[in-house]
Amino acid sequence: MLDSLQRLGKSGLETLSTLGRAGIFLVNGLFVVPSLRGFPLFVRQLFSVGVLSLPIIVVSALFIGMVLGLQGYNILVDYGSESAIGPMVALTLVRELGPVVTALLFAGRAGSALTAEIGLMKATEQISSMEMIGVDPMRRIVAPRLLAGFVAMPLLALIFNAVGIWGGMMVGVEWLGVYEGSFWNNMKASVDFGEDVLNGIIKSVVFGVVCTWIAVFQGYNLIPTSEGISNATTKTVVISSLAVLGLDFILTAVMFGDF
Amino acid sequence: MSNQSNNYVEIRGLTFSRGGRRIFDNVDIDIPRGKVTTIMGPSGTGKTTLLRLIGGQLRPERGSILVDGEDITKVNRRELYKLREKMGMLFQSGALFSDLSVYENVAFPLRVHTRLPEDMIRDIVLMKLNAVGLRGARALMPSELSGGMTRRVALARTIVLDPQMVMYDEPFTGQDPIAMGVVVQLIRLLNDALGLTSVLVSHDVQESMSISDNLCIIADGRVMGQGAPDELKRNGSAFVKQFLNGLPDGPVPFHYPAPDYAQDLIEGDGNARFLAKAR
Amino acid sequence: MRTRTMEISVGIFILAGIIALAVLALKVSGLSLSPAKPTYKLYAQFSDLGGLSVRGRVSIAGVTVGRITDIQLDTDRMVALVEMEIDQSVDTLTVDSIASIRTEGLLGEKFIDISVGGDPEYLADGDTIIDTQSALSIERLVSNFASSLGK
Repeated sequence: MLDSLQRLGKSGLETLSTLGRAGIFLVNGLFVVPSLRGFPLFVRQLFSVGVLSLPIIVVSALFIGMVLGLQGYNILVDYGSESAIGPMVALTLVRELGPVVTALLFAGRAGSALTAEIGLMKATEQISSMEMIGVDPMRRIVAPRLLAGFVAMPLLALIFNAVGIWGGMMVGVEWLGVYEGSFWNNMKASVDFGEDVLNGIIKSVVFGVVCTWIAVFQGYNLIPTSEGISNATTKTVVISSLAVLGLDFILTAVMFGDF
Repeated sequence: MSNQSNNYVEIRGLTFSRGGRRIFDNVDIDIPRGKVTTIMGPSGTGKTTLLRLIGGQLRPERGSILVDGEDITKVNRRELYKLREKMGMLFQSGALFSDLSVYENVAFPLRVHTRLPEDMIRDIVLMKLNAVGLRGARALMPSELSGGMTRRVALARTIVLDPQMVMYDEPFTGQDPIAMGVVVQLIRLLNDALGLTSVLVSHDVQESMSISDNLCIIADGRVMGQGAPDELKRNGSAFVKQFLNGLPDGPVPFHYPAPDYAQDLIEGDGNARFLAKAR
Repeated sequence: MRTRTMEISVGIFILAGIIALAVLALKVSGLSLSPAKPTYKLYAQFSDLGGLSVRGRVSIAGVTVGRITDIQLDTDRMVALVEMEIDQSVDTLTVDSIASIRTEGLLGEKFIDISVGGDPEYLADGDTIIDTQSALSIERLVSNFASSLGK
C-alpha cells in the first residue's frame, strides 16, 4: 500500500519536472532573436508541416463535411427543419470540428513527423555536433519548427472549415435537394463572425501552440535510441490528442457557455 | 591567451557523476600538444563523456579542465564559443546534417563562424574534401553515402576551420578493413601535416596502439595508466596488461560471481538434479 | 525538392488559408464589408417570448430592418424587455405600431414583425413600442380549442 503511494508520488514529481522542463524549453525556443538568416528555415518547416499536411486535411474535411450534411439532413428532416442544414454544418465545423479534428490530424501527421525528425537528429548526434560547431540548436532546429506549427495549424483549420462546408453543401444541395439560396442565407443568419468564426480561430491557434510544443519537446527530450524515438512519437500523438480534447472542453465552456 | 606548455589539455581533479554513478573520480589526465593521444577503457566507462567535458558540453562537479591554458569549466557562453572554434569533434556516427549536401555540411562551420566570400568558402571546402579523398562527392546527400564515406566527410567538416585540436569518438568502430585503414592513415596524416593535437577515444587496442604517441587507460572512474604504448605494455599494472593484450581473464575476471561449481551442479533445484540422480 | 518549388507551394498554402478565411467571413457568416449602417434603438415588452433569442431579426412586411440586440427580464412588471436595433433609414414607425413575435414557417426561428399604425407621431431612438403581441403558443391554442369544444 505504502509502496504504491510512493510510486504514485514519484511519478507525480517526475511529471511535474518534465512539465517544468517543457516550459523552459518553450521559452528558450521562442525567445530567440529572429534574424533574416533564419527565414528560409522557417519557410522550409512551414512546407514540411503545413503543405504536406494539406492532403489529409482536405480529404478528411471533405468527407466529414459530407457526412455532416447527410446525417444532419436525416435528423433534421424528421422535424421538418431541413432548411437548418446550412447553419448546422457550418456551426458544427467552425466552432468545434474544424479546430479539433484538424488538431488531431495535425498531431498524428505533422506532430509525429516532427518528433521523429528531431529525435533522429538527436540519436545521430547531429544536435551535439551542432553545439560543438557553435550553433545554437534552439535557434536552428527548434524555433523554426515551433513558429511553423503555430502558423500552419490555424491556416489548416480554416481550410478544413471551408472545404467541409463545401462538402456539406454538395450533399445538401446537389444530392438531397435543399434549396441553395436558403442554405446560404440561413447559414449567414446563424453564423456570427466574431462569436463563431473568430472563436474557432482562437481555438485552432491554441491547439497549434500545444501540439507543436509537445511534438518538438518530445523529440528533443527523448532517449536517443530507436526504441526511444518510437516511444516519443507515440507519446506525442497521445498527449497532443488528449490535450486538444481537454482544452477544447475548457475553451468551449468559456467561449460558448453562460459565464 | 595561449599557453605554450607541453600539454594542450590538462585535466586536474576531475569528478563527474551521472545518474548516481560516479563516472570520474578525481582524475588527472595530460594531453600533450601536437601528439596523438588515445583514451581507452572498457565499454561504458564514460570515454565519450570525457570528450564532452573537454568540449564544454558538460560541467564537472569538481576539478579543472585547461584547454590551451584556459579553464573551460569557468568560461562564459561567448568565450566558450570562441574556444570551440579551436576544437573539432568527430562523432561516432559522423553526425552529418541530413538535410544538407556534403558540400553544405563541410561549409557549415565556415558560414557560421566567418564572413568569408562564397568563392573562398568554395576553395576551402574543396581543399578539405580533397584531403579526405571525397572532393568528387560534394553534391551527394548524406543518405547517399556509405558509412565510411560519411565519416570522412564529417572529418573534412571537423578540420574546415583549421582547429588546433581534434577529438575522435570511437573512429574505428564498425568499419570494414579498407575504411578502417583510410581512417587510421588520415588521423595520423592530418595530425602531423596540420600540427594538430589529436584525442581519440576507442576500445580498439590494435589500431589505437598503431598510431598513438600516448595512451591513457581509464576504468572504474580512475586512470589506470598513462604513457607511451610500448612503455605501458611492458611496465603497466596487471589491469593495463590484461587490457592491452586482450586477455580474457585477469584483474577483470572472466566469471561473474557465482557459488562453487561442483556444489551448484549437484545441489540444483528439485527438478534439475541430473548428477545427483546419476550417483 | 527544389527550394523554388517549395517556396511557391508554401505561398499557395498561405494564400489558400487566407481565401478560406475570406470565404468563412463573407459567405458563411455574412460579415459585411460595407460600413455598419447607422441604427437606433427601440424597445418592446412581451409577456411570452416563446423562444425568441438575441440576434433574431426584426422585419416590417417581411423585409429585415434590424436585429434583436438584448433581452432582459423587467423585474418590476415581470415581462420580457427586448432591445432592438433598427436601421436609421427606417424612421417612419408610428408610435402606435404593433410588434408581434412570429415564426418562420410553422416550426422555424422566431422573429419580430412590426406593423405600422396611423398615428402622425413617429418612434425615436430609445422609445418603447407599447402594443405588442406575444408568441403564439401551440399549447394554448390547443387547450383553447379543446375547451371551446367542450362548451
